[in-house]
Amino acid sequence: MATNGGQKVVWFQAAGCTGCSVSLMNAAYPDIKNLLLDELVPGKGISLLFHATLMGPTGRPALEVLERAPAQAAGDYILVVEGAIPTAHPNFGRVGEVPMAERAAELARKAIAVLAVGSCASYGGIPAGAPNPTGCVGMRELLRKEGADTPVVNVPGCPPHPRWFVETVVTLLTGGLPRPEDSDEAGRLKAVYQGLVHEHCPRRPDFDVDRFAPAFGSQGCLYELGCKGPFTNAACPEHAWNSGVNWCIRANHPCIGCTEPDFPDNFAPMFRKLSLEQELDTYRREK
Amino acid sequence: MTRLAIDPITRIEGHLKVEIQVEDGVIKEARCTGALYRGLEEILRGRHPLDAQRITTRICGVCPLAHSTAASLCLDDALGLSPPRAGQLLRNLIYGANFLHNHILHFYHLALPDYLPSGALPGALSPGTNEDRRFSPEEANRMASHYLQGLEVRRKAQELVALFGGKMPHDMSIVPGGVTYRPTLGEVAAFRFRLKEIMGFIEASYIPDLLLLAERYHDYFQIGTVENLLAYGCFPLEGEKLFPAGVFLNGGVVDFDPGEIREGFSHSWYQGDGHQPPWEEEAPPAPDKPGGYSWIKAPRYRGEPCEVGPAARVAVALARGREELKEIARDLLREAEASLGELSSAMGRHLSRGIEALVIGRAMEGWLSQLDLSAPVATEYRIPEGARGQGLSEAPRGAVGHWLEIRGKKIARYQVIAPTTWNASPRDAEGVPGPMEQALQGTKVARDGALEAGRIVRSFDPCLACAVQ
Repeated sequence: MATNGGQKVVWFQAAGCTGCSVSLMNAAYPDIKNLLLDELVPGKGISLLFHATLMGPTGRPALEVLERAPAQAAGDYILVVEGAIPTAHPNFGRVGEVPMAERAAELARKAIAVLAVGSCASYGGIPAGAPNPTGCVGMRELLRKEGADTPVVNVPGCPPHPRWFVETVVTLLTGGLPRPEDSDEAGRLKAVYQGLVHEHCPRRPDFDVDRFAPAFGSQGCLYELGCKGPFTNAACPEHAWNSGVNWCIRANHPCIGCTEPDFPDNFAPMFRKLSLEQELDTYRREK
Repeated sequence: MTRLAIDPITRIEGHLKVEIQVEDGVIKEARCTGALYRGLEEILRGRHPLDAQRITTRICGVCPLAHSTAASLCLDDALGLSPPRAGQLLRNLIYGANFLHNHILHFYHLALPDYLPSGALPGALSPGTNEDRRFSPEEANRMASHYLQGLEVRRKAQELVALFGGKMPHDMSIVPGGVTYRPTLGEVAAFRFRLKEIMGFIEASYIPDLLLLAERYHDYFQIGTVENLLAYGCFPLEGEKLFPAGVFLNGGVVDFDPGEIREGFSHSWYQGDGHQPPWEEEAPPAPDKPGGYSWIKAPRYRGEPCEVGPAARVAVALARGREELKEIARDLLREAEASLGELSSAMGRHLSRGIEALVIGRAMEGWLSQLDLSAPVATEYRIPEGARGQGLSEAPRGAVGHWLEIRGKKIARYQVIAPTTWNASPRDAEGVPGPMEQALQGTKVARDGALEAGRIVRSFDPCLACAVQ
């Protein structure tokens, strides 16, 4: 934006809730002002072209920015996608009359890379929950269907912690596109996501001695209340949330596995201890 | 006659198109289109009832508390639970923090750019037009610096939610029967000082900026008005609500009866016409339906479209004689040289939010001091074989309702009617336009109407992810 020579970014919202944008606005060091105005790594910052929630222009002048980007900035912008992409019918989601799937695919084709922010843009997320009424898919799946080969980097979470977004962006600004071995099977940067919540959970000692919380509001390991920490890759225990003031498990709430593919169906019901069958499924998927 | 489609309406939550027809400098006809359908009510069917708590929270990333609160009330009702006093106080404190976040974000980052000159904000944030800008350069610069400061203050307000609410967005501690988390003494102190800092900004910057806006654009108290106002009320404590329920219907205030709510969809993309009570509604999507122009349905109270939101809440609370509001509302109305009857207007809605921010901030200080940290914060739950539940509350942008039916210990039906469903609703079976459409129609415009329409629409603080789930 104010940064000369900044990396151009188009932020496209589809079937989502704006929670990923609000989460990014909760970033601290760098905060949202730094992200918009300053260099994030020496000599490089972000130049935001389009973001419907924050941008000044509205209607036609706003739409023109979005429509001109693929031609005027071809091969020169990163496309950030927030929200899943409805594919079952063109009328399930439109921006400026054009179906979201069409816009997302066109914007992605001319982008350097796609950052799929949040579990919806990464894997379909909540709107793709069974029976997935609108045929929602994540960006990898959309581009596979459309035969587009733009690389997609997933930054999942419902929403993702702002730090995971910032770490992924500064990685791209510093070293360019990630090598295949930098990402896990779910398309996330290993450096950002690898490590189970359970491995770093401060309540791990409770788990190890079978000290389980019996009900909401009580202390102890939350496994019996349905915690999905043992199967969820996320650095929540290390970072905590909202400038570190709290996070799900510290607030006595079981982890619901929101950074994993197939959330929210993977571990449903959320408040029930996983059955042995579900555990085995998860284990097989990971192997 | 000219026809203009404003699409996308930016600086709101979600996907909204507004079409206006302008004739002789007046908006003759307006249509609001919700452009996204996800089908969350369908997705909820067959799931464990408690999963509704976390899935409906995710309807909206700006006001997740609206849905976690309505869902918890709905499940409390279905499961026969009543949260202990400490649990209720904590719910109110978490929810209050979300209101403060919302009103700061809405004023500075969503609405204010409509009044700032081009270039006052950097890059893509700049509105890019200088039409009808009335601030002096010094005033505009001060407002713009508060815009940037406001980014930080709203972050701290999210931290305020997370302190007791687990995390934001998508708070994680409100559950049926109360909350999961009992904060420590240290966290109560941290909450108090964050609240103090946020209220400091509200008193020193937000309210004076709001009053300056109201002075320069005083004509906007006569623009974008709606007749009927509806509030379900919110922030309950021991049977009383800080903002009580009530309805302004055809000029007078009457008691609110949830049995009078019907949702129609004659002009929305669903099969049939609707008009069943929320518990009985069947609305399969029909994306090609002739005559349909929106995914938003048309809720009506006793058949009437009603505006919901801060203007409705403040008007009802004053009509009900709530002491907590009287003085603050009277002072702000006097300073803005506005009357009670002007709350439902493009400027009145902004003023109502300012009144609310002060009232809620003050109430939160009181709730915090009543918190007993040794008391239980939740009651235990048991899922019944079959039950019905209703959860009525208020999002920052207006009345929100959840309705649930449990059969065989699973969700058989889940129905959500959100504030922007009311406000941005399309025409009903009688052809009567929704409140936002009514607010737009009849407005005098200087040029193509995009400027005035944008200001009116944003004064409602629309949230489309809520309006269509």
